[in-house]
Amino acid sequence: MKRRWNLFVWIGFVVVLLAAFSYALVFIRFPVTRDFPWVNLLLFVAGGGLLAIGLRRAFGQPERYRGKVSGVILSALSLVIIGLFCYGLFGLTKGLPSAANAPRGGMQAPGFTLSDVNGKPVMLSGLLKNNRAVLLIFYRGYW
Amino acid sequence: MFCNSELRGFEHRLNDFRARGVEIAAISVDTSEESRKLCSSEGYTFPFLSDPKAEVIRRYGVLHPRGGPNGQDIARPGEFLVDATGTVRWFDLTDDVKVRARPENVLRAIDELMPSRASLSLDIRPRSRNAPL
Repeated sequence: MKRRWNLFVWIGFVVVLLAAFSYALVFIRFPVTRDFPWVNLLLFVAGGGLLAIGLRRAFGQPERYRGKVSGVILSALSLVIIGLFCYGLFGLTKGLPSAANAPRGGMQAPGFTLSDVNGKPVMLSGLLKNNRAVLLIFYRGYW
Repeated sequence: MFCNSELRGFEHRLNDFRARGVEIAAISVDTSEESRKLCSSEGYTFPFLSDPKAEVIRRYGVLHPRGGPNGQDIARPGEFLVDATGTVRWFDLTDDVKVRARPENVLRAIDELMPSRASLSLDIRPRSRNAPL
């Protein structure tokens, strides 16, 4: 009897890939899915579950299903991908310096003159003219 | 990536900030030219200020030494709300690159800490609706 393709193994691996890449492509855009990547972790669980079912079939009913080799390889790859994802999003993102010298609430904001996108000088005092307030957003740049 | 995610959120709520008399300004070590490209590709309309030597970034205590991809000094993420007298009224210094200030939280801080600005934004709607011809 011809053995059947072990679809669970392959679909599980695709779900793991989807889980890893969808963060940067989609879920980083929304604060609720960006600050903690719960959608991606759920997708990892789903992919892992499918892989587990696939492996059980491959080893439990080897006369019916293929996937002993591919299942092990794809599961190992999935573990590497999940490990890298978690290292990137839970390890690497924590390396920020402490900003101990930043002005706190009630302190005077240091004045500045900086160029805008057209090279025109912009002063902090200019931004605050006419009783306006300003939100200064420092960002990393360099993408 | 994370920076664009944050900046996009503030661009979406820019009108709510301006209705309260609050301007938004973004600061990084990127050159004016790089920021101009970024603004046109992402559609940002608030001012982007260039601090290539990280002098102002250092003055605000948000330097990330050698944090850039090639070991350049860059800014760590940080937000400061400065009132009309030049006093810092609110700030946010995340310790996690992926956890960023959210516009709705800053707007809430403005309404709590600067109540006159909150009423300013509430005044605008009825006044324009009942504007005499």
